[in-house]
Amino acid sequence: MKDVFITANTIISPLGFDSEANVSAIANEQSGITLHNNISTSPCYASIIDHKKLDDAFSKIGDSKIYTKLEKMMILSLQDTISQAAFSISDKTALIIATTKGNIDALNNNFEPERAYLPALGNKIKEFFGFKTEPIIISNACVSGILAIAVAKRFLQNDYYDNAFVVGGDIVSEFTLSGFQSFQAISKNPCQPFSKHRTGISIGDAAASVAITTNTSESEAIQIIGDGSCNDANHISGPSRTGEGLYLSIISALKEANIKPESIDYISAHGTATAFNDEMEAIAFNRAKLEKTPLNSLKGYYGHTLGASGLLEAIVGIHSLKNNMLYKSLGMDELGVTMPLNIIENTTKKELKTFIKTASGFGGCNTAVIFKKVEQ
Amino acid sequence: MDALKKELKESIIEQLNLEDFTVEDIADDDTLFGDGLGLDSIDALELIVMLDKDYGIKLTDPNEGKAVFVSVEVLATYIAKHRTK
Amino acid sequence: MKKQLKIIAYCRIKNNAISLNGKSIITKDKDLSFSDFAKQIYKEKQLAYPKFFKMDNLCKLAFLTSEFLFEAAKLDSEIIKNTGIVLSNKASSLDTDRKHQDTINDKDNYFPSPAVFVYTLANIMIGEISIRHQIKGENAFFVSEKFNETLIEHYASSLIINRKSSHILCGWVDVDNNNYDAFMYLVAEEGSYNYSKEIIKNIYTQN
Repeated sequence: MKDVFITANTIISPLGFDSEANVSAIANEQSGITLHNNISTSPCYASIIDHKKLDDAFSKIGDSKIYTKLEKMMILSLQDTISQAAFSISDKTALIIATTKGNIDALNNNFEPERAYLPALGNKIKEFFGFKTEPIIISNACVSGILAIAVAKRFLQNDYYDNAFVVGGDIVSEFTLSGFQSFQAISKNPCQPFSKHRTGISIGDAAASVAITTNTSESEAIQIIGDGSCNDANHISGPSRTGEGLYLSIISALKEANIKPESIDYISAHGTATAFNDEMEAIAFNRAKLEKTPLNSLKGYYGHTLGASGLLEAIVGIHSLKNNMLYKSLGMDELGVTMPLNIIENTTKKELKTFIKTASGFGGCNTAVIFKKVEQ
Repeated sequence: MDALKKELKESIIEQLNLEDFTVEDIADDDTLFGDGLGLDSIDALELIVMLDKDYGIKLTDPNEGKAVFVSVEVLATYIAKHRTK
Repeated sequence: MKKQLKIIAYCRIKNNAISLNGKSIITKDKDLSFSDFAKQIYKEKQLAYPKFFKMDNLCKLAFLTSEFLFEAAKLDSEIIKNTGIVLSNKASSLDTDRKHQDTINDKDNYFPSPAVFVYTLANIMIGEISIRHQIKGENAFFVSEKFNETLIEHYASSLIINRKSSHILCGWVDVDNNNYDAFMYLVAEEGSYNYSKEIIKNIYTQN
């Protein structure tokens, strides 16, 4: 089966409008999460992209009035990734879009409510860049972004496409915020993944995109070597008490990659900072014999960016491999799960070759994807 | 108090979509969670919304919820004491 | 690497009628609302699964379609456990999204409901089917303008070729206001009917 690689990538977030700016902010332990007074019925912590900054950046490539906030974020991200990529759009280039809620704010803003249909979002992006194939839209709750990488890999391995651009994005909306509040899941302070003092999630805006290809001329290529996406079959919103689906996803990815758990140098966990999610992950990582592997959650920097999170955090992981850096799990103070985990407490330099990105979401879904740095 | 208990049973059946239950099926001291009515974590959150909406009681600590949602009897006593509407 | 796959069984529910493997098995009054139709089917099949009544219409539709399909397929429980689920639709969960939006539009009567919010994700239907049949296989949910048999065929084939699952539950389950449409089929290396995207498209348009 063909080898599949991730090449160009771009993150659009409050921490910056390209991957380098984002990674450098993380290295400096900056967070995008701040207190906002106008997004909910009471003040609330979230990581939000400033409208004016977004419009200023977008106006260089398009009319910022005719696109929604999410579309602008996703288009800006893709524009940069497409311009960096070594291939151009052909009739065998896939456009893969990952989002949990898309333009859900169109149910209650100045855009037509029809804009909330995900195919409408897909068409806006397709038309902007002139993609020749129908957009492939993945909406699988909070694993959407990382699942999109697995989907791209499978389609390229089986020759359905030559290459792919994958973009993921979600925004902070009253819709999702009110829902998580009704779940009593929103943290009173910026979220603290895996900490004893965690009280819930913070949510965030982000878009991220990557180019995926079977050809790469880069001296240090990042290969996607295994993936798995299994269901807990336990509860539609509550994380499994045994970490079943996440454990099975990790095992499936390891088996495909044909490596042992000890070959994994770093875990980019989901770590939403709810009591039950972080505990579930700790159980699954222990079952998979990954409890000694350095681990972080990037939610302390970005909040939970829903369908974008898996893709966004995989990109940061790729930069970790390239820079040989383990970045601090921001918000961690005292371990607050019942099983041991090796949380990265300080940003440190370390030779890295392989990492695993995991995500879990409502509906009992879980995804794990393993990435490896290969010298060419 | 009996009127409140009946009202609670009706709301629980309605709000939590307990299609196969009638008011008569729920005894005042039946366990709501676990083996009793078999309610789960989403139902508990829904009951918290119901307390706020119908009785003006705001529960923010999930552990407090656990103590209050033991049975219709316990719930009714709590509401009678704390209701603001 | 390409494998010739087969269809084990297929089921369609629309216009208050159910057909299984191309044969009509249940027809109800077209004027019934979907919830009433679903409730009647649930009662007639004596499903005894109270969680059904907590589901939104999208999940009820997916749940019932998969019930008929798994009943017809008679798969071994070990196979069911590892079955992949690849579903799709157009409206995602918008039918329930609108209900959640209604609970937050009025600031003086602002009571978002957790039981509604949890269904504002279309992939919850995959979760509901997985819980019912204890399926811990591969999952994916796609959104497209129309039923895209090519996309589903590509993904189902790649799961089988990559040895992730031997059997895949595929389909389209859409609910949008008063319109609904469900079409599900089980694909594997062995089965009763030939499978290709053209065959699936034909079955979908003719039923």
